[in-house]
Amino acid sequence: MNNVADINADDLRDLYRELILDHARKPRHFGKLDGATHTAQGINPLCGDKLHLYLQIDDAGKICDAKFEGSGCAISVASASLLTDSIIGLGKSDALHRFEEVTSCLTGDVDPANAEVDLGKLQALEGVRDYPARVKCATLAWHALRNAIDEQTKPARTE
Amino acid sequence: MAQAQHDDRKNLAPLELRSDFPALQETINGQPLVYLDSAASAQQPARVIDAVAQYQRKDHANVHRGVHTLSHRATEAYEGARDKLQSFINAASRSEIVLTSGTTESINLVAQSFCRPKIGPGDKILITHLEHHSNIVPWQLLCEQTGAELLVAPMDDRGQLNLDALRAMLTDDVVLLAVGHVSNALGTVNPVKEIISWAKAQDITVLVDGAQGVPHMAIDVQDLGCDFYAFSGHKMFGPTGSGVLYGKESILEAMPPWQGGGDMILEVRFDTTTYNELPYKFEAGTPNISGVIGLGAAVDYITNIGIDKVARHEHDLLAYMTSKLAEIDGIRLIGTAEHKASVQSFMLDDIHPHDLGTILDHQGVAIRTGHHCAMPVMEFFGLPGTARASLALYNNRDDVDRLVAAVEKARQVFA
Repeated sequence: MNNVADINADDLRDLYRELILDHARKPRHFGKLDGATHTAQGINPLCGDKLHLYLQIDDAGKICDAKFEGSGCAISVASASLLTDSIIGLGKSDALHRFEEVTSCLTGDVDPANAEVDLGKLQALEGVRDYPARVKCATLAWHALRNAIDEQTKPARTE
Repeated sequence: MAQAQHDDRKNLAPLELRSDFPALQETINGQPLVYLDSAASAQQPARVIDAVAQYQRKDHANVHRGVHTLSHRATEAYEGARDKLQSFINAASRSEIVLTSGTTESINLVAQSFCRPKIGPGDKILITHLEHHSNIVPWQLLCEQTGAELLVAPMDDRGQLNLDALRAMLTDDVVLLAVGHVSNALGTVNPVKEIISWAKAQDITVLVDGAQGVPHMAIDVQDLGCDFYAFSGHKMFGPTGSGVLYGKESILEAMPPWQGGGDMILEVRFDTTTYNELPYKFEAGTPNISGVIGLGAAVDYITNIGIDKVARHEHDLLAYMTSKLAEIDGIRLIGTAEHKASVQSFMLDDIHPHDLGTILDHQGVAIRTGHHCAMPVMEFFGLPGTARASLALYNNRDDVDRLVAAVEKARQVFA
C-alpha cells in the first residue's frame, strides 16, 4: 500500500511541479494593467475559475506588457502567470502561434517533444495531459489571450 | 427478551453494505474507490441495476396502453414503484405521487402549474439562503413572468437558517414558501416541520426540496404537513432521470396540467380535451419507465435495511468524519450547524478546492469540489467553492480514514 501511495505522490509531482506551485503562490504580472489596449476575460462558470487578461500592444503589433487578475485553482493561476511571462515581447502572430502550440500540447494533440518551438518553462504545464478533467484549467488563460488579440468581447470558456 | 437484546446489538452495529454496490468494487489509481460524493449522485446497488436490466431485457413495452403481456408487465412494475414510493414517504394516496424526471422538474412543475396562474405583482415567493440553484432559479423565472417578488430568508455563519427572521417573513402576501430539507452544500438539516407549522398558520403553501433528505432520514409527508415534497431517484440509489413530486391531492386536483401530450388525457377532441385523473394529469408522454422501476427497487433496498438504521449509521459516521477532519492542521470546516446530515464541506489552507479534488482522486477518494450549485451559499462565506465529502449508507470508518490520509497528503504536496 505504501508503494502505491508513493507512486501516486510521484505522479502528483508531475502535475504539481515546483514551478507550477511557485507561480500559483506568487503569480507574476498579477494585477490590472493601466493603459491596456487589448483585454479579455476567461470564465469557467461550472468550476468557478475567472481571470481578466490585459495586453498592451504597440502600433507595430508587439505585446509590450501583459498582466492578469482573477482567481482559480493552482493550475489555472500558474498557467496565466506563465503565459504573461512568456508572451511579453512577442508580436501578435507569434503569440497566436504560441497559443496554438501550447493548447495543442496540453490537449494531447501534439507531443511536446515534437513541438516546433521550445516551450521553455511552459513545459511545466504538460503534466495536465494526464488529467483530462484539468486541461480546461490550464488552457483558460490561453483562450483569453487569443480572444484579447482577436478583440473578441465574449469571455473565453474552456469547459 | 433475549431476542430483543440481540436486535438492539444488531441495530447498533455499523452497516456494512459496500459489497451490495458494484461501483464500489472499482479500484481508482490502484486503490479501492472511496466514494464520498453521494450528495451529487449516489451509487446503485446490484438490486437496482438488475431490476432495470430485467425490464430492459424481458419486460420492455409502453405503459398504460396495449393489452399484450409485456405492456401489462411494464405497467405492473411501473405502477408498483408508485405504490412503494407512496408508502416510503407515507403519502395518503397513490394519486399524490407524481413521477417526474427529478427534483428540478418537480419544483418547476409547482412554480408553473400551481403558482403561475394565481400570482402577480405584489405577491411574494419566499425561499432561503441555503437553497440549491434548482430551488432558486424556477422561482426567479416565475417572478420574471408574473411580476411577483422573490424573498430570501437569511442564514447565520454556521449555515443555519435564522428562524426568527424566516418566521417574520411569513406574511399575508407570501403565496408559497420553498425550503430545502437538508442543505446539499453544508448538510444543515432545517426544522421543516416547525417551519411548515408557522407557514400553515398563515395559510401559506409550502414546498420542501427533499433531494438531500430522502436518502438519509425517514420522511412522513403527512406528519410534516407540507403541501409539496420534491425528490430525486438518483440521490437515493436509483437511476438518474427519475423523481417524485408529492402533492396534496386537493391541491393537485385544482392545478392545471404541466405539459400536454399522451397519457395525461381522458378524451381529446379539437374543440375540447378532458384531462386524465391524478396523478396521470401531470405525466404527459411516455415516462422514464426503466428509471421508475429502478427507483422502486431502490425503495425496496432502503426499506429492507431500515431507514432509521441508515440514519443512525450516518449520524455516527458524520460525527466521526467531522471530528477527524477537524484534527487536520490548516482545515476550515464550512457548515457547522447543530443538526446536520451526510455532508461536510471544508477548505484546507489556501489550497483551491479543485486542486484538493485532483489530489484526492489520485488516491482513489472521490469528493465534490466547487460551488455545489449553491453559489449564494459560497458567496456568503466568501469562497469560490469548497471541498465536500458526503456520506451515504454504504460508507464506513475506513472511508473516512482514507479521506483524512488523502487530505494529509495534499498538505504535503502543497507544503
